[in-house]
Amino acid sequence: MNLVILFFILFFSLSFFFIGKARVLRLANYNIKNLNSLPEYYGYYLAAWCALPALMILFFWSIFELSIIKIFVLSDFKLDPTIDDNKLNLIFSQIVSIAEKKFSGTIPQNLIPYVEKFIALNKIIELSKFAVLFSAIILSLIFAYRQILKNIKARESVEKIIRGLMFLCATLAIFTTFGIVLSLLFESIKFFTSVSIFDFLTGTNWAPGRAFVRDASVQTANVENVFGAIPLFWGTTFIAAIAMCVAVPVGLFSGIFLAEYSSRKFRKITKPLIEILAGIPTVVYGFFAALTVGPLFRLVGEKFGLEVSSESALAAGVVMGIMIIPYVSSLTDDVINAVPNSLREGSFAIGATKSETIKKVVLPAALPGIVGSILLAISRAIGETMIVVMAAGLAANLTLNPLEASTTITTQIVTILIGDQSFNNPKTQAAFALGITLFFFTLFINVIALSIVKKFREKYE
Amino acid sequence: MSKVEKIKLLKKRYKAERRFKFYGILSVCLAILFLFILIINIFSKGSGAFFKTEILLNIKFDEKKLGLNINSSDKEIQEANFEEILKDALLVLAPKVPELKQAELIDMVSIDAALEVKKFYFYNKGVLNKIAEVPLTLSDDLDQVYKGNFPRDIPEERRRFSDFQLKIFDDQISKNKIVYKFNWSFLTNADSREPELAGVASSLAGSFFTILVCLILSFPIGILAAIYLEEFAPKNKITEIIEVNVNNLAAVPSIVFGLLGLGVFLNYFYLPRSTPLVGGMVLALMTLPRIIIPCRAALKAVPPSIREGALALGASKVQTVMHNVVPLAMPGTLSGTIIGLSQALGETAPLLLIGMIAFINVVPATPIDPSAVLPVQVYLWSESAERGFVEKTSATIIILIFFLIIMNSFAIYLRNKFERKWS
Repeated sequence: MNLVILFFILFFSLSFFFIGKARVLRLANYNIKNLNSLPEYYGYYLAAWCALPALMILFFWSIFELSIIKIFVLSDFKLDPTIDDNKLNLIFSQIVSIAEKKFSGTIPQNLIPYVEKFIALNKIIELSKFAVLFSAIILSLIFAYRQILKNIKARESVEKIIRGLMFLCATLAIFTTFGIVLSLLFESIKFFTSVSIFDFLTGTNWAPGRAFVRDASVQTANVENVFGAIPLFWGTTFIAAIAMCVAVPVGLFSGIFLAEYSSRKFRKITKPLIEILAGIPTVVYGFFAALTVGPLFRLVGEKFGLEVSSESALAAGVVMGIMIIPYVSSLTDDVINAVPNSLREGSFAIGATKSETIKKVVLPAALPGIVGSILLAISRAIGETMIVVMAAGLAANLTLNPLEASTTITTQIVTILIGDQSFNNPKTQAAFALGITLFFFTLFINVIALSIVKKFREKYE
Repeated sequence: MSKVEKIKLLKKRYKAERRFKFYGILSVCLAILFLFILIINIFSKGSGAFFKTEILLNIKFDEKKLGLNINSSDKEIQEANFEEILKDALLVLAPKVPELKQAELIDMVSIDAALEVKKFYFYNKGVLNKIAEVPLTLSDDLDQVYKGNFPRDIPEERRRFSDFQLKIFDDQISKNKIVYKFNWSFLTNADSREPELAGVASSLAGSFFTILVCLILSFPIGILAAIYLEEFAPKNKITEIIEVNVNNLAAVPSIVFGLLGLGVFLNYFYLPRSTPLVGGMVLALMTLPRIIIPCRAALKAVPPSIREGALALGASKVQTVMHNVVPLAMPGTLSGTIIGLSQALGETAPLLLIGMIAFINVVPATPIDPSAVLPVQVYLWSESAERGFVEKTSATIIILIFFLIIMNSFAIYLRNKFERKWS
């Protein structure tokens, strides 16, 4: 529906572009010198006045449409004190899916009058949307048309509109951040009303599946101690640490080699090759870890008489480390290249070998940048999802043994939310609580890393 | 320190020097080795899926058993039952088998074999009452045996195919009735529970729509935002906040964007679940900062003299930027956008959360039909137990990587061909 409206708006504004242009040309007796701006700008002016108010109305209408319908449709249910907000949302989403004929299973008969009400309201709102949009377009067109007949400074107005549009696009970044924080916070607060934040951050038992066993004999007691996130925090840190054990030495040494030793030709070929590792989709690494590296480690482990589970923290960590190598190596390479040559020359002049120069002079000078790049890589490893989902397992073990299965924050978010249609229970809300923890944790690391790298750049560039 | 000691020390230092350099070469080689192992591993596993085995079966199109005649309409053919003549033709392979073994015989071809016979008849109506040689897709297990992925020598009870099936299969091979050919159906079929019938068409279409939505949203918004930040933004608090936000969003884990999509697009706006529309919107938000950053770099690379020239001729600020700066920065902008989109193409986690993981066995026709995308298909198939899906998963990865290579080479081509070097 909205697509058709959008198409109409586009069509209108395009035609009014040409109408406006033709009209002012006639007004000026086909002599551009009589006009304040070029005739195109009058066309743009008319087109913008046609499209922008309508688009704005359409946008806000779409945002508030459903909430208004919701208030009307659910007004009867609100009177019932046994139905809380969560149940209301559930009922409403059932009504919506029945109305759209997407409901699976038997349709609850008591909802049918509300579905009819929903459909009727939808029709009214749709029609009034048409009416409002149409009159808005007409009104703003009349205004704009009168304006261009007055030979106004059309270019200045159009440029103002363009600047405004650009500013709006740029602020989308702020809105996205707000959207992330608010949507995560909203669900997390619901979660923390049923589970205390202290239990969540310090509990050592993670078994959200058991939160559903809530019959009369067990009471609600087990909601409180199945959401301990410590095993997840540990698993995440542990796998990230294994990954860094692979990525830091390999990445660091390759970065040093590419920046200091290799010929320009060698660097031109190998640097993009290594960077391909970062461009391969993570699901491919997950597949590689689950089907090749995992079984391989198991086979090797059996040879040495070790018990290796087929989904191990080691396999996931090592493969993740391979993925992260280019993040470390490329940034190290850049950072070392930024160290001024005078430092190296000074060191050579007093007789140091190349490796001594690198170890004693270049690396200390480049250290902040390198630390920053490693921090960025760590945040990357913590937020990585597909590899751990496919290769690290689901068991929330609090273990130091890398050969056992281990689980992470991201894995649990995915397993909780996959296929789970019902939304308003502590289990799904727990995923959002984990999400906000992940968001702030990576944000914290990123802010530190970016500020370190920025300070380093300012020092040498 | 004596001279001998000095020489010894020098030798030690040179040794350390060589060792250090060796570590460097070793790690570069190690990184490249990992890349090659990964690629060779995927290709060796997946190349088989582009070929399939078919059995040439002599089928008698009996008028009575089909209930058709020469003048039957297309609808009658659609409704006719081809199972029986297929069964008859299969029983000819091993006459006089006990009832029990008959089921094994029928299992040798894929579940959709009767449909294939129907399709064959549809295009060759002249074969009625005659015997014709029809190529039929073999069952996945025998297909894997032919490709050598299943060892034959393990005990019968641990295999998914019986000795009896194997004997007939070998018999047919020796009669040259088994053909091995390019697997078009892998590219044209939608997803299926049967590995021999599963194809990537549905997820290819899903990926296409998702990336299209992502492109339509993120490209104009990204460019406008980059132009604003680079050319117009005054140096104040708001600009600073926007810049910090853009940089941070680029490093936010992708799964968080999935949570945003779930919480806002699905649960607040009730947009349709599992669709490329929502997937594209989520990916657009994720790609936006990854487009803005290279676009800004491209705009920054245009020298100030261009701007000053245009301004000196009396152009306004907006005209200068739109007519002079942006066209010159276009190659860099485009290549940045393409690289951003190629990252979006490989993204899986946020799409899992907005439900693009449903089993889809039809090819989506619009962006608001439920669909899967290529990386999610990889994830779905990799979770399946059947041996045949390992091959299919790797083949899907090959297709995915193929598209990524095309996109990235195009971006590099744009940059090398059109980007001007300002000196």
